[in-house]
Amino acid sequence: MTTATGYTSDEMMTVAAAHALTSEMACFVGIGLPSTAANLACRTHAPGLWMIYESGTLGTRPDTLPLSIGDGVLAETADTVVSVPEVFNYWLQPGRIDVGFLGAAQIDRYANINTTVIGDYADPKVRLPGAGGAPEIAASCREVVVIVRQNTRAFVERVDFVTSLGHGGGPGDRERLGLRGFGPTRVITDLGVLKPDPATRELTLVQLHPGVTVEDARAATGWDLAVSPELATTPEPTAEELSVLRSLTGRG
Amino acid sequence: MIVPLDEGVRELVGDGDTVALEGFTHLIPVAAGHEIIRQGRRDLTLVRMTPDIVYDQLIGAGCAARLVFSWGGNPGVGSLHRFRDAIQHGWPRPLEIEEHSHAGMANRYVAGASGLPFAVLRGYAGTDLVGQTETIKTVECPFTGEHLAAVPALNPDVTIVHAQRADRAGNVQLWGITGIQKEAVLAAQRSLVTVEEVVDELKPVAGQVILPARVVSAVAEVPGGSRPSYAHGYYARDNSAYQDWDAVSRDRERFAEWLENEVGAQAPLPGKAG
Repeated sequence: MTTATGYTSDEMMTVAAAHALTSEMACFVGIGLPSTAANLACRTHAPGLWMIYESGTLGTRPDTLPLSIGDGVLAETADTVVSVPEVFNYWLQPGRIDVGFLGAAQIDRYANINTTVIGDYADPKVRLPGAGGAPEIAASCREVVVIVRQNTRAFVERVDFVTSLGHGGGPGDRERLGLRGFGPTRVITDLGVLKPDPATRELTLVQLHPGVTVEDARAATGWDLAVSPELATTPEPTAEELSVLRSLTGRG
Repeated sequence: MIVPLDEGVRELVGDGDTVALEGFTHLIPVAAGHEIIRQGRRDLTLVRMTPDIVYDQLIGAGCAARLVFSWGGNPGVGSLHRFRDAIQHGWPRPLEIEEHSHAGMANRYVAGASGLPFAVLRGYAGTDLVGQTETIKTVECPFTGEHLAAVPALNPDVTIVHAQRADRAGNVQLWGITGIQKEAVLAAQRSLVTVEEVVDELKPVAGQVILPARVVSAVAEVPGGSRPSYAHGYYARDNSAYQDWDAVSRDRERFAEWLENEVGAQAPLPGKAG
């Protein structure tokens, strides 16, 4: 849907997600929306962003957007290509990666993520692809950024399956389980940005995209959504950001 | 050592075997998967980190009883519909699953290749996989007392991979994204490698992995053997084929037609749910 301002809600989401990344970061990139946003960041405000894909391509700078996490262009433009055990054991596990960038099929108020099943595990309503690299990305990166469209199917009171742990049931859960990364620090949607409350770790709406109301965000959330008293408005995408994004996605 | 593909599959893959076809997006042994379907292998335990369309095809054709995996999808496109049909409706037969994360699967192969009974990693903590998958346990570090995840070694009866080249003695050379192939071959009792070409001499390539002939049971020359996946330096990934698979695989009858026309295999009996 293109608004009167000339960009779609998905484009707004991707640009907002790109702003979570800086030039100094090493970023473990998931395929799909995270990959689009990371590549946009690389080509705009974060040229030094060090992108890692789980196929073992470290420091890759693809000139076209890859469809899979292992497209040839990722290997051709990488600083180095390592094996799959190496990317998980030597790079992710010791905490060398600043930010993990993940998608979700379902997410709950503590930013726990489900990408495994909708319904019962043994007799699922919908079988989803599963974990991939996400559980350990969510555990071991210094922080996690989630990008997901906001609606009541995705934003649920309780996820049907915890594929990747966010903040568990609240403060202290990650520490008790021995996870070394902080966990999700922001969730970027097509409506706004949510951050965990520093005290309760509950996702709180801190930012709305232009034209979106608190009521819109509440209606798209399957729990009683907390709203920050300092609710901000996301800056609109710049013409340059939109043009780079459209050249990436082929919507130019 | 160098054999035709059909002979390699016949000799190395038996009904009921645990079979791993590996290749992380790159160098997926698709032609070998189709040969397994043509030969009508049954009751296989299929192992693969990223079951994608070739596993969708093997599952839809009724070859698999079990799947050991960490991510089952059509990369960049969406779900695997034959895989989903098997899990959600038991068609064409029920599929038992053993589900891990990538880090866990990678370490299971490393343990298998290393001759160890299990691997240790920081993983799975707080996830529901722990309660669903029996092969995820916790161990205490004898030095620090820290609690870590333990997963058992994977030792397939046979591992199948695709590579760019082999020499006539059966030494295999691959490069680009080399994934988990080395570990998967070293972990297996037997291995079959399909290659783009058999050459007199393996000229060194940057970033190469060499699988010495002594760990390779058989090599089959199959040019294009990983299409629609890709072979770095030979041909690119056919992204449109992955997109097209979505529509073919959604429908049992359309899948059955595809199986007969493209693979030359008998379709599983329609409607015969498990």
